[in-house]
Amino acid sequence: MSSLDEAFESLDYAPAPESDAAARAWIAASGPDFDHWVDGRRMPPAAGERLEVFNPADGQPLARVAQGDAADVDAAVAAARAALPAWRALPGAARARHLYALARIVQRNARLLATLESLDNGKPIRESRDIDVPLVARHFYHHAGWAQLAETELAGREPRGVCAQVIPWNFPLLMLAWKLAPALACGNTVVLKPAEHTPLGALLLAELAAEAGLPPGVFNLVTGDGRSGALLAEHPDVDKLAFTGSTEVGRQLRRATAGSGKGLTLELGGKSPFLIFEDADLDSAVEGLVDAIWLNQGEVCCAGSRLLVQESVAETLHAKLKARMGRLRVGPPLDKAVDIGAIVAPVQLARIRELCAIGEAEGAQRWQPAMALPEQGWFFPPTLFTEVAPASIIAREEIFGPVLVSMTFRSPAEAIALANDTRYGLAASVWSQDLDTALEVARRIRAGTVWVNCTNQFDAAAGFGGYQESGFGREGGREGLEAYLRPVVGPAVEDGAGPDAAGGGSDLAAGDRGIARSVDGTVELDQRGPTAAVPASPNAATPDLAAPLPPVDRTAKLYIGGRQRRPDGGYSRRVLAPDGRLLGQVGEGNRKDLRDAVEAARAASAWSTWSGHARAQVLYYLGENLAARRHDLAARIAEGLGCAPVAAAAELEAGVDACFTWAAWADKWDGAVHDTPLRALVLALNEPLGVVGLACPDASPLAALLGLAGPLLATGNRVVLLPSEAAPLVATELYQVLDTSDLPAGVLNLITGSRAELAPVLADHDDVDALWLAGDAAFDPALNGDCEARSAGNLKQTWQLPPARDWLARDAAFERERLRRATQVKNLWLPHGV
Amino acid sequence: MRDPRPGSITDGTVPTGRPVDGVRNPGQPLDLDWALATRVNRSAVERRAASLAPRRAIKGLAQTAWLLKAIGLLDLTTLAGDDTAGRVGRLCGKARQPIRPDLLEALGAGDIAPRVAAVCVYSAQVPTVVRVLAGSGIGVCAVSTGFPAGQLPLGLRLDQVRAAVEAGATEIDIVIHRPLALTGRWQQLYDEVAACKAACGPASMKTILATGELASLTQVAAASRVCLQAGSDFIKTSTGKERVNATLPVGLVMLRALRDYEARSGVACGFKPAGGIATAKDALAWLRLVREELGPERVHPGSLRLGASSVLADIERQLEHRATGRYSSYRRHPLG
Repeated sequence: MSSLDEAFESLDYAPAPESDAAARAWIAASGPDFDHWVDGRRMPPAAGERLEVFNPADGQPLARVAQGDAADVDAAVAAARAALPAWRALPGAARARHLYALARIVQRNARLLATLESLDNGKPIRESRDIDVPLVARHFYHHAGWAQLAETELAGREPRGVCAQVIPWNFPLLMLAWKLAPALACGNTVVLKPAEHTPLGALLLAELAAEAGLPPGVFNLVTGDGRSGALLAEHPDVDKLAFTGSTEVGRQLRRATAGSGKGLTLELGGKSPFLIFEDADLDSAVEGLVDAIWLNQGEVCCAGSRLLVQESVAETLHAKLKARMGRLRVGPPLDKAVDIGAIVAPVQLARIRELCAIGEAEGAQRWQPAMALPEQGWFFPPTLFTEVAPASIIAREEIFGPVLVSMTFRSPAEAIALANDTRYGLAASVWSQDLDTALEVARRIRAGTVWVNCTNQFDAAAGFGGYQESGFGREGGREGLEAYLRPVVGPAVEDGAGPDAAGGGSDLAAGDRGIARSVDGTVELDQRGPTAAVPASPNAATPDLAAPLPPVDRTAKLYIGGRQRRPDGGYSRRVLAPDGRLLGQVGEGNRKDLRDAVEAARAASAWSTWSGHARAQVLYYLGENLAARRHDLAARIAEGLGCAPVAAAAELEAGVDACFTWAAWADKWDGAVHDTPLRALVLALNEPLGVVGLACPDASPLAALLGLAGPLLATGNRVVLLPSEAAPLVATELYQVLDTSDLPAGVLNLITGSRAELAPVLADHDDVDALWLAGDAAFDPALNGDCEARSAGNLKQTWQLPPARDWLARDAAFERERLRRATQVKNLWLPHGV
Repeated sequence: MRDPRPGSITDGTVPTGRPVDGVRNPGQPLDLDWALATRVNRSAVERRAASLAPRRAIKGLAQTAWLLKAIGLLDLTTLAGDDTAGRVGRLCGKARQPIRPDLLEALGAGDIAPRVAAVCVYSAQVPTVVRVLAGSGIGVCAVSTGFPAGQLPLGLRLDQVRAAVEAGATEIDIVIHRPLALTGRWQQLYDEVAACKAACGPASMKTILATGELASLTQVAAASRVCLQAGSDFIKTSTGKERVNATLPVGLVMLRALRDYEARSGVACGFKPAGGIATAKDALAWLRLVREELGPERVHPGSLRLGASSVLADIERQLEHRATGRYSSYRRHPLG
């Protein structure tokens, strides 16, 4: 039988290799020993150390790249710093032309880039050619547009400065583009460290960018392993760090940058659910799984690795899936008829094997189609685990390989519960032909991206990023620009130099350390307030029957779950006026009180599902009741701050106004519909963070409290609030106002006490989703840093507000900033067609 | 009369049965719950269809083999008002000798000796085809039942079928009465198709769904399932006369219906895309789709036909390119 006869009988695919000649020629010409790329040219490693880079398809060395040390990182950051002034000063239109040139040069060299990417990473050429590289070009195009529109659409914002970017090995070029394009568009300069296994595409792109005329120093590359990344991340002259990679390294970087004031965005791991309902197009769902878990060998942070299938169709679906798996082709990445290429490195292959062995030891059933794997190189077959329980390690840990675990559910409610049964929250895929089911489930899954009847769709116009321990920050779309911008900060408000907001000689607007000592304490106080010390015991004072009756004693407790509760510890703390007089006592909250408050806030989840209109009604009503109690509250403010009544009245009015402002916003902070090339609605939904810890500044005890709690409540968060430590009696006076304003129990909880003691407890708490630290100068920066470091435990978002602020003035940019910080964007992809 | 030769039963998912010379589908009672159970997601189907070619390059020796294979799957078709005995006879000549012998020699394909699967004509031309193709083993295929619109009373449609079989047609391509699918009269559709199957007698029956005139892919899936249960040996996409003819997404939906029917009945029925298949590349796209969805053993004239009139000329050119390394010309290949 001739070979043609055999081919005619078998209809096998002949080898169809993409030639790697051009890519290898480039490696030979520019390497094989590569340098860093700094200030528009090669920069040899200071110490001369290099790392070997391998081809995963055959395990053979491809090139050697520089191992960046401290001197190299210093040089690269210095180059970026030097290039920054000119780059950020360019008109947006000029930066747009540079980004446009990058897009074009990527397209002109698409085949070379794709081939090199597959050679370096092991991914099938189909993917690098049809997915990665086109998306790279698209990303530069899209952000060329943002640069063009910078002056108008990004008004009031400025670049952050020098950005350090550390990217992973799974989509080397695409992750580079995701980070580089928005950074440059916004006027930042960049030092990027590609992954140690896959640095070659970045080196080629750096050469191409220089050819395209990108100014020197705007885009710098330091290669090397994790040590180089750590040096870059921790470099003191870096203004912003963006990292994509494992949750563990993300956690380390959170700790390493805590208290540094650097901007931080993290795009981390996932164990993304893939839900199939009984009314889904099952055959298409099977193809969806191919795209979900067998794209890029499953080395995808948002891989649909956790299959949840309705029990009624599980058997049918598993049979279809196994048949489909049998037709997957594993083989040389450069072959144009291959679905699954090579695993990036032996260490990753070992990790996949280890987790599969754990799965079997746990009693799960492993299924792999019979197929021959290439003898050379690092390959792993497509794998399905059934009889997996949510408690199994392989159902919880990210495997980062072509391994799918399958579980069943009975009802949509159970599906949602199982989908959310993870500490991650990167992505999810929902398959149902029923619009009601699909939309409801999609909205209730906690994940940054939810794909309905599709999966692993990406576009530059749509944001991508995680909830929970999958990180924070978005890449792509308008929301992705936020990571590379900050509000234009005016000159800092100095002590005593703040706006004379109330005309009463008070500088309480300054929100700084001056409060306690800046005004005299001789102002007249409203006699109805407890101006004297609360007696420590009933017998402390001798009754004087001739004198007017003493005020009735009031006990300021904590406010937890809609009730006034005694502090768990049984202690109170004395509250002194600026002049040292005892004003009263408040509860000394402790960690158990916070625990209870967080539980109450967690339980109040319904608030997050209320309509904006409904939340607005509560906030308006709060403002109304606040106004009705203006007398008491103004007195509290005046005595607490020792300020003039007129200043206190002004703050009170600002508080009422804040209630109205945030009520106004409650139904207006709506999302967007992104324009992507897919025939789909891509909805960017602003969703609440969940349970937010909030430490209020000492200054403006009412206006700041409402100015911070307001946006959080308006957008559906539940709040555990530490009031002004200096003037807590203002907050405790609010309890009755809250009680009468229809605020559901647990939505807002107030814990008085020591900020230094309480804030770290909130930072540590794994059921707190975000933490706002609104310090003034009295708020110890070391405490802020400590809280940020502690936040790494569950990777909660933290926000350190700029220290000095006029809480009595409206500030449009700051309003939006608070709303952005109070929400996270979920991108919901809804393809359609009949 | 029927030859109930089912495809072999498998584990219910991986069809391995290899139908030989034409499957015979005995049909089964209509189960409307099953027929209407499938909901098709168009976007996902289009994505899968679009990803097939980039995922599976057919290069080198495989391309030669696949092109030769495609020839053997052809229902070489002429369906025009001006078809004459001379025109039809010329087509039959091409059917017997689709590729120049010297070209086969040059390709090293002497043992493969391709010929087309059938010649497909209007009923009036059946006698000519029968006469010219006598002894060739090539199928004689007649379009019937008021082709292409199907807008005739059922009795007349059945008479047409019987007349064509009597005239010697070995294969009958019927069209469904589209209003039945469009208005959900599935039982009546089942009954009509089953009646046609009975009228076909020993002839194999291909049922044209005219998918370009159906409302949705979900309706295509339902129509496929109903027609398979009614005993269709093949399901076919189009007459070639609708505005939209065979498209890969429609084909994918029909192949999935075939797979589900096989899992249910054990019978591996056939598939025929028709209309718009003009180039070798088009033909290979269909082979690739069937190979990937049903398996290589189903890329066989017993379960895959390509309805086409002009594709052969391009296949010849591509084969000559494979043989010589030079790009070929239409002028170098005999007319059909």
